[in-house]
Amino acid sequence: MAEFSLPANSRVGKGKFHPAPAGAKRVKRFNIYRWNPDDGQNPRLDTFEVDLDDCSPMVLDALIKIKNEVDASVTFRRSCREGVCGSCAMNVDGTNTLACIKAIDDVGGDVNVYPLPHLPVVKDLVPDLSTFYAQYAAIEPWLQSESAAPAKERLQSREERAKLDGLYECVMCACCSTACPSYWWNGDRYLGPAILLQAYRWLVDSRDEATGERLDALEDPFRLYRCHTIMNCAKTCPKHLNPAKAIAEIKKMMVERR
Amino acid sequence: MANPTRPVSPHLQIYRWHIHMVLSILHRTSGVALAAGLVLWVYWLAAAARGPESFATAQGLMGSPLGLLVLFGFSAAFFFHFCNGIRHLFWDAGIGFALDTVMRSSWFVVGASAVLTVLAWVFACTL
Repeated sequence: MAEFSLPANSRVGKGKFHPAPAGAKRVKRFNIYRWNPDDGQNPRLDTFEVDLDDCSPMVLDALIKIKNEVDASVTFRRSCREGVCGSCAMNVDGTNTLACIKAIDDVGGDVNVYPLPHLPVVKDLVPDLSTFYAQYAAIEPWLQSESAAPAKERLQSREERAKLDGLYECVMCACCSTACPSYWWNGDRYLGPAILLQAYRWLVDSRDEATGERLDALEDPFRLYRCHTIMNCAKTCPKHLNPAKAIAEIKKMMVERR
Repeated sequence: MANPTRPVSPHLQIYRWHIHMVLSILHRTSGVALAAGLVLWVYWLAAAARGPESFATAQGLMGSPLGLLVLFGFSAAFFFHFCNGIRHLFWDAGIGFALDTVMRSSWFVVGASAVLTVLAWVFACTL
């Protein structure tokens, strides 16, 4: 059921203030969501002032600087720092993105940093993505084929391969799914944009022979049809993909096979 | 997903409202408003069927400032739901998903429903 307000244990309180070092000229404020599982307190919003003249350009750079120099307990996921691993997905300035490819200068005013929306928080900016990954496993994201394997690889024409463009680039960062109000309210039953884009990636793969079974598994009022074309997914995708379009194509396949 | 020991990360409280998200929730609220407004139409028809006196009362209610305001809201909800519904038909056919197209069609729906509402009232007032 949709719960529009936060439960009592999730309301965000005022946090600590960490001023910029003396003499800093270009100061930017970072308001960062903090929650520590060990102290029994509610989440809070800590403010860190960062000297941009002494900081690399991306939001992730500022987070790493804060962790290194001000508060080592600030917790977040990161790995590749170039937008291909999907680890540092978080809500920056009101929309979900990868902190490593979000420029600080693109944010006017304070930089508000929250974990991906409407997920259980593990600590600070680290959300629990277990359900998301379980949903990914549920669509069986691998090539399924009945026919005998050819002597060499399974070939595709250029046209068949081109159908995977705009799909294979997805890094499974969960920005789109956690930007979707439908996924917020029905995330336990609706698969969400990221998983459905992946489902479509296998549905249009010319080498995959389980199309019918895959569509059967999606033919459900919740798994597929909770998409109401709100378009937050495509708007927020840091890789500029279009999950909403992929979902629409799945819905069309459902109609066409009747 | 619920884990009583872990907080839920903020969602509606912090997410930036883009035009397509606003129109999506307006589509649903205008649909609900139209369904509720049908009661008004049924009352109006029932009053007409009952006789000249009840019809005059109904006309008086509808023609009062409050009645006109409700009717204006009803017509605005209707034209918005109508225009956005057509956009949904295109989406159901897989058309118009490019992000810049979505932005343009969003504002087009806003403009078209405003123009249609004004035209309908200009027409109604000249009757």
